[in-house]
Amino acid sequence: MAKIVVVTSGKGGVGKTTTTAALGAALAQSGQNVVVVDFDVGLRNLDLIMGVERRVVFDLINVIQNEATLNQALIRDKRCDTLSILPASQTRDKDALTDDGVARVMAELRERFDWILCDSPAGIERGARLAMHHADHAVIVTNPEVSSVRDSDRIIGMLDSQTARAQKGEMVEKHLLLTRYDPLRASRGEMLSVEDVVGILSLPLLGVIPESEDVLKASNVGAPVTFASPESAPARAYFEAVDRLEGRNIPVSIPTEKRGLLDRIFKKRGS
Amino acid sequence: MSFLDGFFAKKASEMSSTVARDRLQILLAQERQAQEDGDTTLLRTLHVEILEVLARHVSIDEDNVQIKMDRGQRYSKLEIDIQVPQSGLRAQVSTTTPNEEP
Repeated sequence: MAKIVVVTSGKGGVGKTTTTAALGAALAQSGQNVVVVDFDVGLRNLDLIMGVERRVVFDLINVIQNEATLNQALIRDKRCDTLSILPASQTRDKDALTDDGVARVMAELRERFDWILCDSPAGIERGARLAMHHADHAVIVTNPEVSSVRDSDRIIGMLDSQTARAQKGEMVEKHLLLTRYDPLRASRGEMLSVEDVVGILSLPLLGVIPESEDVLKASNVGAPVTFASPESAPARAYFEAVDRLEGRNIPVSIPTEKRGLLDRIFKKRGS
Repeated sequence: MSFLDGFFAKKASEMSSTVARDRLQILLAQERQAQEDGDTTLLRTLHVEILEVLARHVSIDEDNVQIKMDRGQRYSKLEIDIQVPQSGLRAQVSTTTPNEEP
């Protein structure tokens, strides 16, 4: 049974595209058929993060407008043949995304893939609404920062009221993914902690991705971080998130600061 | 963490993350309610008028007045939380309102 997952956040720049690529690649590496779909019409970037920007010929809008078939628009990843990408259009207007067109493409993708990961645009407009509409699961990407948490809360409200599942009286399964987490700053009380964000949003935690230079390095070379440096801390956190997304009940590893001897002796108050 | 941080550690209440958490909790409680109610005219009107009344007697910071409505099946709860600084109380305690004065 195919599962549609929307990767969403409300706020821009928190790591939706990075997360879509990393989760998609991790799922595909376990042999499942995965497609990552870019819903950010006009500002597509999933193709670039996945390293297939030079192979884009047709896109999601072409398929919706019946100008190309799904087969023509899907790009198969060269590193992993169970992974495909459906790019967004860079030139068209986001109004070209029609409700019926998206529904048709999603139904067709459900026939062919085990996992369909939809990379939502930022904001709460049409593109974001359509990206989440058919979702069974939602990964809410949040940074430990006040504006990101507030926007996530808004998106959670939309997932509970405006999706196909909500309209049928069912729930989209929501998961919180905390990204760009800096354990040292959190321990100093300079950054919202994992417990703070989980407590405020009251969502089950899918994973905590530490702030890491490996993420930027991977995007520089056009590879999901789970392909580029699978042993790195962020990649391991993404692999763990995938395990949990597949329903395995494993404890979440929270990144910790590397404490020196002196820090341990002079334990701080209030933490 | 550096050696000196151990000596200059802050209390939880002084940490900016604690401030962030508290601000979010208050804001999101209001925004969630606003989404449910669809219209916050009543709360906003109460907020403005309560502030007016308070301002006649004590000096308060607008940010320190929180008004919250919890709607229930059988009854609703209106919660008004006002933080008044010590100085504010001492400065202007008076039993008459300005327009009653001769």
